[in-house]
Amino acid sequence: MLEPIELLPLVVADVSFSIDRQALLANLSLRLNSRGVTAIMGHNGAGKSLLLRLLHGLLSPNSGRITWNDRTAADLDTRRHQSMVFQKPVLLRRSVAANIDYVLKLRKLGGHAERDRLLREADLLASAKQPAHSLSGGEQQRLCLARALATQPQVLLLDEPCANLDPGSTARIEQMLIAASQHIKIILVTHDIHQARRLAEDIVFLDRGQLAEHSQHDSFFDQPASSAARAYLSGTLVTDRSTG
Amino acid sequence: MSDLRLAFELALGLVYPIDPTLLEIVLLSLKVSLSAAVLACLFGMPLGALLATSDFRGKWVLTLIVNTLMGMPPVVIGLLVYIMLSSAGPLGWLQWLYTPRAMILAQVILITPIVAALAREVMSEQHRQLHWQLQSLCVAPARAVLTLLYETRYSLLTVALAGFGRAIAEVGAVMIVGGNIAHLTRVMTTAIALETSRGELALALALGLVLMTIALVVNATVMALKTRQPGQPLGHA
Repeated sequence: MLEPIELLPLVVADVSFSIDRQALLANLSLRLNSRGVTAIMGHNGAGKSLLLRLLHGLLSPNSGRITWNDRTAADLDTRRHQSMVFQKPVLLRRSVAANIDYVLKLRKLGGHAERDRLLREADLLASAKQPAHSLSGGEQQRLCLARALATQPQVLLLDEPCANLDPGSTARIEQMLIAASQHIKIILVTHDIHQARRLAEDIVFLDRGQLAEHSQHDSFFDQPASSAARAYLSGTLVTDRSTG
Repeated sequence: MSDLRLAFELALGLVYPIDPTLLEIVLLSLKVSLSAAVLACLFGMPLGALLATSDFRGKWVLTLIVNTLMGMPPVVIGLLVYIMLSSAGPLGWLQWLYTPRAMILAQVILITPIVAALAREVMSEQHRQLHWQLQSLCVAPARAVLTLLYETRYSLLTVALAGFGRAIAEVGAVMIVGGNIAHLTRVMTTAIALETSRGELALALALGLVLMTIALVVNATVMALKTRQPGQPLGHA
């Protein structure tokens, strides 16, 4: 019997976000209540990364409300039960092991045994004493993922963690995500349709700052409801879109 | 030409074995400049961290002031400190004028803006990279600053050495507030100026050699520290 995830449901109610009067997200509403992996997809500039930051409470919406089990996204206790992995690995200028130790000490969550377990799962135990910045791109991202998991999150948010990684490195990251998704909620921003097919149980598709659709895996890939998602999946060139 | 050669030979004779007068001047120089560098780091680095990591009203003006003070001529700083410490000045009661303390004060005022501006530069870049990650990990602001200081430790040491290098090479301000008094406030730079004006090239050259050696050691240390930064390929400072 799996333990329920206390932070769920996630409710996004009529959320808008704009910068310099330019609407980046407009009247977005969404409800996530199941464990497993949710993929957020959409073209460049659709607002995927922005939505992820709003969900994590790193930014506040201009209007609307985001709640995790009725608690606001900016609530510190709510945020402590989440972790985020960014597209570009952000590592401390220390050894591989010290990067994990930093988080374990910060959250008072365990000692060297826990650190070694996390590094073993990330296949980085042999590199524990190496400077973190000397790792390859894929290894650095695995370390970021291991560090995110070190906080024992209920929700893991990932912003294109496999962008610029080769298929082998991507596969290793995905293995870690599949293992983690048995216990926690994962929200993954990805451009990679194949990755979303492999990992996601449901897909949130954004189009120019608006929710185009939120569908289960099969219906999204077999019969997407929105024309934007159909065009995206078929690789049709869509003009008049902002890029970025 | 032979006079110059003789001066060099005499200078080398003063350096090894070291002449007691030369040693006294060198030690006072190190004491004054090291004290000034430490104090400038104590004031300048937190100021740099504040400018790098915080948004507050007046930040732009404060940054402008710090950057402007970086280019302040040492003689002007010397003059201002002289006025403050003179018997009629607001700090005259301290009776620091023509003492090493006055020289340290002048050097602190001279190099604190340099340390603050360089520290801000170093920490802004690191803060830009780490900001979201530390926010995501719910790191408290004070701990975030400590993390940032630790992450930039090698670069900040370089900043401190740059401050020390600027202080020990300074002549105008310490000449004005110290008075270049033998056995009391005479440091390497003021002694070089004096001995050169008196035509005593041997002592001036010997002091110049020591000063050059200190500059060399400081720069070598800076380069070594930069290449030792974790993740930095060897030789890429």
